[in-house]
Amino acid sequence: MSKNILNFIVTIIVAYVLSLVLPWWSVMVAAFATALFMPLKKVAVFFVPFFAILVLWFVYSFVLSSGNDYILAKRIAVLLPLGGNPYVLMLVTGVVGGLAAGISGVFGKQLSLVLKK
Amino acid sequence: MTYFKLILSFLLTVGIFFALNTKFGAIPPIGKFLNPYSGVWQNETDEAISGNISIPELKDKVTVYYDAELIPHVFAQNELDLYRVQGYITAKHRLWQMEFQTYAAAGRLSEIIGEKALNYDRQERRRGMVYGAEQTLSKMSEDKTMMAIVEAYADGVNSYINQLNSKTYPVEYKLLDYKPEAWTPKKTALLLMYMTKMLAGGDEDMEYTNALRLFGKERFDLLFPDFFDITDPIIPKETDWSYIDVPQTPDPNSEPVLDSIAETIDKPDPNYGSNNWAISDEKSATGNAILANDPHLGLNLPSIWFVMQLSTPNHNAFGATLPGALAVISGFNEHIAWGETNATRDVIDWYKIEFNNDRTQYKFDNQWKAVSVRVEEIKIKGQESYKDSVLYTHHGPVVYDKNFKSDNELSGYAMKWAGHISGNGQKTFTELNKAKGYDDYEKALQYWVAPAQNIVFASTDGDIALWVQGLFPNKWEGQGKFVMDGSKPENDWQGYIPQQFNAHTKNPERGFVSSANQSPVDEAYPYYVFNDGYETYRNRVINDFFNSKAKFSVQDFKDLHNNNYNLKADELMPYMLKTMDVSNLTKEEKEIYDIAEEWQYNNDKDEKGPSIWNAWWDVLYDMVWDEFEVEDTALETPFTYQTIYLLKNKGDDDFMDMKDTPEKETARDLFKLSFSKAVKNLNDWKAINGDLNWVNYKGTFAGHLLQALPAFSRFDIPIGGGKNIVNATSENWGPSWRMIVEMTSPPTALGIYPGGQSGNPGSKYYDNFIDTWAAGEYHSLNFLQSDKATEAIISTQILTPTK
Repeated sequence: MSKNILNFIVTIIVAYVLSLVLPWWSVMVAAFATALFMPLKKVAVFFVPFFAILVLWFVYSFVLSSGNDYILAKRIAVLLPLGGNPYVLMLVTGVVGGLAAGISGVFGKQLSLVLKK
Repeated sequence: MTYFKLILSFLLTVGIFFALNTKFGAIPPIGKFLNPYSGVWQNETDEAISGNISIPELKDKVTVYYDAELIPHVFAQNELDLYRVQGYITAKHRLWQMEFQTYAAAGRLSEIIGEKALNYDRQERRRGMVYGAEQTLSKMSEDKTMMAIVEAYADGVNSYINQLNSKTYPVEYKLLDYKPEAWTPKKTALLLMYMTKMLAGGDEDMEYTNALRLFGKERFDLLFPDFFDITDPIIPKETDWSYIDVPQTPDPNSEPVLDSIAETIDKPDPNYGSNNWAISDEKSATGNAILANDPHLGLNLPSIWFVMQLSTPNHNAFGATLPGALAVISGFNEHIAWGETNATRDVIDWYKIEFNNDRTQYKFDNQWKAVSVRVEEIKIKGQESYKDSVLYTHHGPVVYDKNFKSDNELSGYAMKWAGHISGNGQKTFTELNKAKGYDDYEKALQYWVAPAQNIVFASTDGDIALWVQGLFPNKWEGQGKFVMDGSKPENDWQGYIPQQFNAHTKNPERGFVSSANQSPVDEAYPYYVFNDGYETYRNRVINDFFNSKAKFSVQDFKDLHNNNYNLKADELMPYMLKTMDVSNLTKEEKEIYDIAEEWQYNNDKDEKGPSIWNAWWDVLYDMVWDEFEVEDTALETPFTYQTIYLLKNKGDDDFMDMKDTPEKETARDLFKLSFSKAVKNLNDWKAINGDLNWVNYKGTFAGHLLQALPAFSRFDIPIGGGKNIVNATSENWGPSWRMIVEMTSPPTALGIYPGGQSGNPGSKYYDNFIDTWAAGEYHSLNFLQSDKATEAIISTQILTPTK
């Protein structure tokens, strides 16, 4: 349990730091790296990085958008189309980042298993 | 098994990376796009408008003050710095727009949006847009001072671009997944071509040729007279032209070529127009001349205009600028005010070309002349480039040939266009910005070639004036109305009307000048001018207004800008209501008929009358001109004014007869038939869209430049007016900038436009003017008199040279 939480926190921190220097796929690198060095078990392999990045991206997009009355988020939520709801757009943002992180987390885990052999 | 899982998870990882990093059709690369650290969320912000910025190459400190409308007031110490900062500040707020418009002008949209833009790009290349921009650029570069400031502007734009990164790109770049490229003087020339095409890119030679072939000369002249029975020209009728001593080109009695092609290239919306007017100090309630301008262009977001104050110690100009071009285009300085309306004249002519067997030569003056070939390489996103060889004759580009909209192996149609003639038009505006009175204004105009404009003028000295300015061919009677034989020298443009003989008026006796895209002159003008689709309604309402009383105020100007009187409807609808057979109207028809009878011919937004008029007129017009529905033939139906004239005066003409019915209809029959159909259309519309109020029926919107992307557009703008009305707000075009300047010392001015100063859809300044504009209100323009912030200033930015 605590291992999951630790991994969750580390993933967020690493992803945040990498995002300052890398493009969007920084979250994939972060999830991959934490999975490699702090392997998790079963569904947690996917879901811990998934939720870590979902939270990171959701919260940051919320922070950016709420400071500007959600002007652009509302428009993008029409464009995509998500009924013009900015919160749905934040959720989609989180899920997109989460998916990328979760899958690369699984890859990191698989690689760690192979390396251990 | 472990390896299998490893490979599978690896492939999934690669797959998700690819899926989220790639643009699929209209869907942006979704991971890249939504990433809050560098994607679209980073654009969720207002613009930074304070602090210090260092810009390479600046000579001196430049101060930029912003007021509450986000209008930048630029104070520079010299012109080079001024235009460098104009470039920088414009790019800061409108970079994507200025680039996109030049991509469109250059026929390069395929680079951004892929193959679906290829036909558009080919058309623009064949229209000679890039060729025209190159002519402009070469003329501009002969003027070293001009070129230096155009380069400074480009450097300013580039200073802004250079400090951007993938995180700070405007949102459209992220959406379409591309990057800004360096700005160049050529792009400024392309932007000027973009405007030239929009305003002087239309002609009907092919369509008229087809009509002439189908209906014969006599019928053609009835449908398309050179002048209407009423004209209220821009230059007053009583003008004495006797000072003109260069005669019109003699008529060589040339025969038109009676063939044409089935489909012509896209033409700009012929409804783009504008109003401008000025009253002299004597006609002004306050004793100061007053000037107004409202250019009617597409209602787009970001708006076509960007308002700025541009000041050096030597001059101080304020008004609407065009992102991509230098200086104020419609505005004022301490001494004068100016504004433009479009002076459409026939400046595009078509020549039929006969090629030799391998299309390396064409026939001219009984000899063979060499064709030059320009290979247009059109890059396409994600695909190989497309190469189109465009043949050029001395007339201009052969737009239509066997490779484009025609299958004739050995002939083509070449285009002669004033837009291709080199000119230093940018100088007109940099000079107007500095002008101190009428003489400077007149001097500045001489550089203007195309698109021809009616440039109105007023000064603090009390002078008013209006010039119909452009480079106009001195044509023989009838030249260029129809397709001409390109092998005969007498069909070439023989020369141009000398600049000083362009129609103009200074301080006319009536005390006002005005233009609303009507005929520039009446038949007394010594050069050949024919009807180029001139406006026939707004101009009469405006002139009648200024003839109606002795003195006028700024409030009168506001009222006139917002005047919704529908003269066109008033000239026909009462006649239709009275003449038509009403003996057996259905209940539904009677209801609509009663509303129509009540209407006072004002297109106010809550009226139903204008909706009825529009629906009725649309059906009636099509019924009258059913003869023009000929397959595979490009045709243009006659002008509204002449249609109404015929309906009222020649109601039993053969044209009134509907070809598909056995009966012979007259105008009176058409009124009833079209009314019944219109009522049905209106009720169908109502069932789907609700109330028939004009504002709903018209549905004015400001669409984002990218195919009116709904997310970035504004719909259902609450405004009345309409086509041919002084408040010319139609579905998607209208008064794109409303300005009123009273020539106090210094001038006091009002201005508003349907948009906002910011090009960022995430900014509160993106569309914040729209409701104020729709309500007919204005912002007072804070014309700062010195390099000192006033209380109107909300923020200051200092630009300094990089040490």
